[in-house]
Amino acid sequence: MRFMVIVKGDKNSEAGVMPTEEILREMGNYNEQLVKAGVMLAGEGLHPTSKGFKVRFDGDKKTIIDGPFTEAKEIVGGFWIWQVKSREEAIEWIRRSPFREGEVEIRQVFEDDDFGAEFTPELREQERRIREEAAARAK
Amino acid sequence: MTAADTHRAIDAVWRIESAKLIAALTRIVRDVGVAEDLAHDALVAALEQWPESGIPRNPGAWLMGTAKHRAIDHLRRNALLERKHEELGREIDGRREMDIEAALDNPIEDDLLRLIFIACHPILSTEGRVALTLRLLGGLTTDEIARAFLVPESTVAQRIVRAKRTLSDARVPFEVPRGADLAARLSTVLEVLYLIFNEGHSATAGEDWVRPALCEDALRLGRILTGLAPEEAEVHGLVALMEMQASRLRARTRPSGEPIPLFEQDRGRWDHLLIRRGLAALARAEALSDAMGPYTLQAAIAACHARAGSAEQTDWPRIIALYEALAAITPSPIIELNRAVAVGMAFGPQRGLEIADAVAAQPALQSYHLLPAVRADFLSKLGRLDEARAELERAATLTRNAPERALLLLRAQKL
Repeated sequence: MRFMVIVKGDKNSEAGVMPTEEILREMGNYNEQLVKAGVMLAGEGLHPTSKGFKVRFDGDKKTIIDGPFTEAKEIVGGFWIWQVKSREEAIEWIRRSPFREGEVEIRQVFEDDDFGAEFTPELREQERRIREEAAARAK
Repeated sequence: MTAADTHRAIDAVWRIESAKLIAALTRIVRDVGVAEDLAHDALVAALEQWPESGIPRNPGAWLMGTAKHRAIDHLRRNALLERKHEELGREIDGRREMDIEAALDNPIEDDLLRLIFIACHPILSTEGRVALTLRLLGGLTTDEIARAFLVPESTVAQRIVRAKRTLSDARVPFEVPRGADLAARLSTVLEVLYLIFNEGHSATAGEDWVRPALCEDALRLGRILTGLAPEEAEVHGLVALMEMQASRLRARTRPSGEPIPLFEQDRGRWDHLLIRRGLAALARAEALSDAMGPYTLQAAIAACHARAGSAEQTDWPRIIALYEALAAITPSPIIELNRAVAVGMAFGPQRGLEIADAVAAQPALQSYHLLPAVRADFLSKLGRLDEARAELERAATLTRNAPERALLLLRAQKL
């Protein structure tokens, strides 16, 4: 199963302050461990929200709202995509991270099987039809 | 944390740490079987103590420390026995202690690589290599391996016991092969990983067409191996191939479980994260070596499909050239058959059929269901429907996979 590990930003990341050499080294070591264990599929750090923007949809109207975003919980500093065997393995890996403060949010990535019992044969059939029609139209 | 939570957490720690633990212990005691027993003893100690004491800050170091004590006890006991026989006394004890200290300072990557070479040693049967690799390097339980390969647990347990005994009897050294030996041994390792991947990718028997967990295990081992042997082009080539094949996993089956052929797959459902990883691994493989090895060539073929928006937009002439290069290194009628498909796509069904017919008499293909399936495809495009139908029915009798058989019979019916 895959997890998205969402690292929240803070005042420093928002101000564009680069981390100290010690933190960079620790993060580098941690990333290396994740890669060597075959766990990390992707990982990126994000620019401060002052360089980002939001788009708000309201019917046909689309409004662009420039950063920075002020709500701390909206601020994402970066993310990883991990491939692990269990939720516990994700927990065990994040326990090993060098973070000493702040917050990390971990969300499981949807895969086909996750639809589980809700994904009835009828829904599957509907999905199949939609795909086939889409394929036919693409030709 | 409840006891059940702690147990699940310990499982996760085991999955992360067990290979490193077994590798370091093998270096000390020089026997994979004994090393695994010692690692398990440490795991049992954790299961006894952690629910009470909580999970230590550095669980890997805790397990390693515990296992190390047990390894030293084990060596002392053996040394005592030896002393009685040989009267070498303190000398052995002293030397062993030094070995242990040296072993613990040794980079764990080197030990992991040695462990992979031992688990995939040519002295072992293929089944033994697969089981031992998943068990020692992948951290899978015997039961998990048995379920993945649809065999009884006792069969897998027996394969593992036999493999360990074979290694022990032959006193196989714990080392990374050198020189000319390295290439051959490395190719055995890659073969084992690809075998595990393929068993997940297109199950040879049973009701399921794919078993993605096995693909993930093989991929993870492959990714680990690229870190252990970063200069080996073919390791990156194999990982590139597996990443790209895995990228198509979720597009390969209908919800009901029937397989969907490559040309009919919804390319929007391919996993673009894995494709990107695959292309990056392929680029590394190509940069490391002038002559592409067999896995890199197959990855390059997979990359042609990954880059194409549709079957028609695929660079078939390049695929033909890559199959020709592959056939030059590892001649095989199956590669010829694949080339026939590519030629058929590039230059029409008649040209493809001629190549397929040229290899049809090969003994290796007599019970290979894809030969009649491929011929049927050419024949139906040429309007020779009766012959095509007969070939599809023949293919259906040859495959051991239930969903695939159903698909072949359906295609025959629709002609």
